[in-house]
Amino acid sequence: MRARTRPRGRRTRPAGRGWWRTAVAVAVLAVLLFPLYWMVNASLLPSEALLRRPPVWFPVGGTLEGYAAAMRTQGPHLLTSLAVALGVVAVTLAVAAPAGYALALLRPRGGTALVLVLLLVQMVPGIVMANALYAVFNRAGLVDSHLGLVLADSTLAVPFAVLLLRTFMLAVPRELAEAARVDGAGHWRTFVSVVLPVSRNGVVTAGLFAFLFAWADFLFAVTLTTGREFQPVTVGIYRFIGNQTTDWNGVLATAVLASVPAAFLLVLAQRHVAAGITGGAVKQ
Amino acid sequence: MRYRAPRGGGGRRLTRPRTAARRPGAARRRHAAGRRAERWAGAVFLLPLAGYVAVFFGYPVYHNVSMSLREFTVRSYFTGEAPFVGLANYAAVLGDPVFPAAARTTLLFTAGSITAQFLLGLGLALFFRRAFPLGGVLRALLLLPWLLPLVVSGAVWKWILTQDHGVLNQVLLAAGVLDGPIPWLTSTQWALVSVTLVNIWVGIPFNMVILYGGLQAIPESLYEAAALDGAGAWQAFRAVTWPLLRPVVAVVLMLGLVYTVKVFDVIMVLTGGGPAGASETLTTWSYALSFEEFAFGRGAAVGNLLIVVALLIALAYLRSVRRQMAEAAS
Repeated sequence: MRARTRPRGRRTRPAGRGWWRTAVAVAVLAVLLFPLYWMVNASLLPSEALLRRPPVWFPVGGTLEGYAAAMRTQGPHLLTSLAVALGVVAVTLAVAAPAGYALALLRPRGGTALVLVLLLVQMVPGIVMANALYAVFNRAGLVDSHLGLVLADSTLAVPFAVLLLRTFMLAVPRELAEAARVDGAGHWRTFVSVVLPVSRNGVVTAGLFAFLFAWADFLFAVTLTTGREFQPVTVGIYRFIGNQTTDWNGVLATAVLASVPAAFLLVLAQRHVAAGITGGAVKQ
Repeated sequence: MRYRAPRGGGGRRLTRPRTAARRPGAARRRHAAGRRAERWAGAVFLLPLAGYVAVFFGYPVYHNVSMSLREFTVRSYFTGEAPFVGLANYAAVLGDPVFPAAARTTLLFTAGSITAQFLLGLGLALFFRRAFPLGGVLRALLLLPWLLPLVVSGAVWKWILTQDHGVLNQVLLAAGVLDGPIPWLTSTQWALVSVTLVNIWVGIPFNMVILYGGLQAIPESLYEAAALDGAGAWQAFRAVTWPLLRPVVAVVLMLGLVYTVKVFDVIMVLTGGGPAGASETLTTWSYALSFEEFAFGRGAAVGNLLIVVALLIALAYLRSVRRQMAEAAS
């Protein structure tokens, strides 16, 4: 409640006072987001326009040839990335949600130690994981497979998701869970029908980040695939750039396509993340 | 209505979860048997996670340690033979002239990235704390660089920093700042600077978001009280903002350090660690050893050194947390 009323209270100040801040913010944003504009610009310009001096600032009379090339060469890689990312969301939530509930509301023996372990394992450098997972996957035939990459990428998301959900569920009033149990619900019912719905913002946030982590992964993608048929889009872009004759138009069109889900998901979920958890509980 | 969280209590519990455990009332009233049953249920709910951690973190770390103590090459994958060589891989790695160079590069890259990201992120968070027209929308847009896959950011910056056709050189030349184009990514002099700048750009939104969240949790009444006491903006920052933000600052710095030490994507896409190793960090070196030279044993040894570095950062963080908790309790 407080968090929501505060900014509104501030807004009652004389109108027009904040506009200079808006101007400054727009200027800062223009600088920080320029690379993104430049990516879109280059993705729409034909190759010879990209080599002109001074640079072509606006894609007037642009071409969609880059996007056509991107879909031709990188389309399957985009689909691979999508499949892997969705798999990671499923694995992550299945492991993290019950654990978050236990850690936040049941205070199991060893819970504190496990939280510490989760903080620590996030510090294990990805290259160490890749080194070891390559050896294991090689033996298990999981190199170049969706399943292998889903499992590897989930290590990026699970510890984070558990800690995030635990924080969200700590804010669930204990009385809420206790009331459910007094009414005869078991732990599983309490978890599924009370705690999960109340912390759905946390679940959405955790799932969202799991998707983004997996979609953006490059280290596992480049080490756990051999690059013949199976490769996610991050590796696709990397190899695309690596070619001697760099076709920047095509590379950056692919880059734009690879950015779309990330941007799209955040815009969609901004609402979820922003909505306060206490507000959700009160509304119930 | 009894479900409603105590006013203000939610925010406090989010930042200091431990205090929740000490709340009297409900917890004390429950019977010991009930608590034991609850603990059992908790253990069951934790089982999937415990198994996951053991298989996907415990085993890889064990395997990496074991690999670092063996002569593990590409042949080992076919023959299954990897003779035990003790600490020979560590000796080889530490004696390699690449090691001091990569360690120094890692240090400069990390220190430069963290300092700039944090200061710029804090500045932006403080700026956006005040409500102003379109502030929310602009703040959300600022997150975009953070959302992009790092490979995408790397590709864009590689295009921007290209020596002959990159927009940065063209603008600087047109403005008369430069006499000749700078080979941002292809000279040993500039490569490290360039990858650090790009990494700073990537990290600003992360720092801003977390610090902004921390600022939102500071009750407005404290600022009102400070204003009544005649505190100016700087004094309010010193007396209210900074002390209350410190736990969040500790988190953001710790996470930033851990993330930055293991940065891989940005460097690989921009320079691949080159030219001539000018932007080779311990992480990219470990990759090169394992996946380019197929010296898996030595690659694992460098990886384990990185684990030690990460653990040291974690210990420093935990010590600072414990100190803060002790202060908070007293």
